[in-house]
Amino acid sequence: MKRTHKLLILMFSFVLFSCGNDKKNNQVDYSSKKTLVKKEVQKEKPKEAPEVKKEATANIDLSNKGIGPVKSIDISGAIDQKLADEGKELFKNKCSACHRTNRKFIGPNPTGVFDRRSPEWVMNMIVNPEEMLQKDPIAKALLIEFNGSPMANQNVSEQEARAIVEFFRTLK
Amino acid sequence: MLVATSLFFIGCGNNGGKEQKKGGVLGSNVAEKVYVAPGEHDEFYAFVSGGFSGQLAVYGLPSGRLFKVIPVFSVDAEKAWGFNEETKPMLNTSHGFIPWDDAHHPDISQTAGELDGRYVYINGNNTPRIAKIDLTTFETTEIIEIPNSAGNHSSSYVTENTEYVVAGTRFGVPVPQRDISIKEYKGNFKGALSFLKVDPEDGGMEIDFQILMPGFDYDKAHPGRGNSHGWFFFTTYNSEEANTLLEVNASQNDKDFIAAVNWQMIAEYVKNGGGKKMPANYAHNVYDEHTHQATSTMKKEVLVVNPAEVPGAIYFLPTPKSPHGCDVDPSGEYIVGSGKLSADVTVHSFSKMVKAIEEKKFSGEAYGIPIIDFEAVNAGSVKQAGLGPLHTEFDNEGNAYTTFFISSEVVKWKLGTWEVVDRKPTYYSVGHLMIPGGNSRKPFGKYLLAMNKITKDRYLPTGPEVTQSAQLYDISGEKMELLLDFPTVGEPHYAAGCPADLIKPRSRKIFKLEENKHPYAVTNEMDARVERKGNEVHVYMTMIRSHFAPDNIEGVKEGDKVYFHVTNLEQDYDVPHGISMIGANTSELLIMPGQTETFVWEPKQVGVWPFYCTDFCSALHQEMQGYVRVSPKDSPIKLSWSLDGE
Repeated sequence: MKRTHKLLILMFSFVLFSCGNDKKNNQVDYSSKKTLVKKEVQKEKPKEAPEVKKEATANIDLSNKGIGPVKSIDISGAIDQKLADEGKELFKNKCSACHRTNRKFIGPNPTGVFDRRSPEWVMNMIVNPEEMLQKDPIAKALLIEFNGSPMANQNVSEQEARAIVEFFRTLK
Repeated sequence: MLVATSLFFIGCGNNGGKEQKKGGVLGSNVAEKVYVAPGEHDEFYAFVSGGFSGQLAVYGLPSGRLFKVIPVFSVDAEKAWGFNEETKPMLNTSHGFIPWDDAHHPDISQTAGELDGRYVYINGNNTPRIAKIDLTTFETTEIIEIPNSAGNHSSSYVTENTEYVVAGTRFGVPVPQRDISIKEYKGNFKGALSFLKVDPEDGGMEIDFQILMPGFDYDKAHPGRGNSHGWFFFTTYNSEEANTLLEVNASQNDKDFIAAVNWQMIAEYVKNGGGKKMPANYAHNVYDEHTHQATSTMKKEVLVVNPAEVPGAIYFLPTPKSPHGCDVDPSGEYIVGSGKLSADVTVHSFSKMVKAIEEKKFSGEAYGIPIIDFEAVNAGSVKQAGLGPLHTEFDNEGNAYTTFFISSEVVKWKLGTWEVVDRKPTYYSVGHLMIPGGNSRKPFGKYLLAMNKITKDRYLPTGPEVTQSAQLYDISGEKMELLLDFPTVGEPHYAAGCPADLIKPRSRKIFKLEENKHPYAVTNEMDARVERKGNEVHVYMTMIRSHFAPDNIEGVKEGDKVYFHVTNLEQDYDVPHGISMIGANTSELLIMPGQTETFVWEPKQVGVWPFYCTDFCSALHQEMQGYVRVSPKDSPIKLSWSLDGE
């Protein structure tokens, strides 16, 4: 099973590569090539892609705390509005270029994120994105879902990430 | 003479062959000494000036790997130096915007006579200037023009605690400049030695005073240290004061001078109100790392001191045959003057000098400045060590190393006994040499870098122009060992070296967005916008992996002047972005995380014109692009902008 996957991926890449080469070497009918690629993708989909590709954002996993310095956070209490306001300002300055609270943008929409992720996971994703993208299965799947656009390290401290979490709690 | 020189070249070429053959057996051993494994760091930084390139290159030693070329005096399209609105003022002078200079002598700041790794100072020769490079950002953050100077060559050297950066003129010039016959040189032309006071907080420079010396050519200089701290030494040639065919006419005197200047005494004199202010016009350009912008201020006055006003502050030490290098050993006792037309290296003694002054052992005077009797100040000389001695540096074990230009070699000799210990050929025509800390109280005597003027057959040929080269020697043993040749950017005129550990921990990774005080910065995407002021359009743009905001702009008209003020919102190490606009008469911008830069575009044709990111930043780098619609001058289309329809 695994082997066929690899083979398929390989084949898929070959198609992509040859497409690229053709484009470079001579003027070819671009639209017809495109259809060819599409066909391959469709063939593959039912076998491999769906679990990762479609459900990365939707996939609910509250037990995964991610990889990084944040081990345990309690967000069951009442919302600390002052902290949430700090988080809002931080979000505007450090995150909003890629995350919007009303829609999927460069990255996922943070509204309702704690229905899908643990707060520890969210904080580790903010403060330790490189390692998360390398090792954490959800982060890896998200990277693929979001076209290889990596979560940027914005040098946010743990304390600041906590404030951002509080802001996310206010989003409805 | 020409024939003799060519013979030497050929001789050296042959030696080269032998050296390589001999090295065959031990070859792997030598390779190990310069091998820095992938991912590992070099032990030393070497800051190698680019001579006529006007820049300063940063290499690692012992690997010889090039890390960065820091733009200093010349425009650099790669980094938008002199092209973006922020750095254009850095190249302003009393002659207007000057896009180039000849960068010669870098010197690292010192504390208590030891390298402190905070700043590099370097001189521009042609339009006299001194620049300061901040070693936290590796960027040029200050350039000051030197008035009353020309061919700013005996520069830029720091005193033991970086109290001063010193800049001496090579050319005698009329002071003040005026319409005068060149033939009236003698007595009318002056040689200004400038002392720039350094702010201990930020390394900033200001001209404290200029000494108006006789119109000799002041060639090289170094500060005293230890006992001789407080003094500065300058070699001179053309004590003949010739104004034409200097090749012959400035080579007449059997001895020229090393000028010994007691700068502490003169600084004290000036502090107490001495000296005279004279009108001047020179630019002082400062780059602010928080506004990410430079400002240029024209200064209108400079304080000058006539040597006669401060008796006992300046003496001449006779030194054979147009001395070039002027180097002071780590103890501060020996002042080495390399008479470039002599076969000997002359060494003066500081303690003998002090005694001779006390005992008034003078052999004459020049323009009222006492000339100390040669025998009374001379400590000894290295006899017939080679041809064309130029420069000397020191290790921490009492050895000196002198380059010989004409005979293409480095000679190691002992301080005090003046005996030659070893000699090794260079390929070819070596100028300066550098030992990290080799002109301070604490040399790191492990490596020696020789910087050569001529390359010839050392590399694969690249047409008539062959890159110049540097050569690395291991000097940790009794005998020197040639380890490595590596090519350099421009002319490797001189270098300053420093243990990496002094600089590495303080190196900046990003500029914090919160600290960005650029007047046109937008530190979050929500504030990105476009504003019109008459025919000026200001785009307040942000960039982050992998888009610009805004990326669609309409309502720009033919004849507008469009300013792109672009802020990089990234806050991660080594994630710069670039931007370039079709048809902009300038370079790309290369913007560091948290930084703002500006370029100007004056659209000349109606249409829809793209811009894109020029630094491969991410997997979606090719997607990082946008459009500006340019409409006819009288078009009713209103200014609008968007990103993804918002």
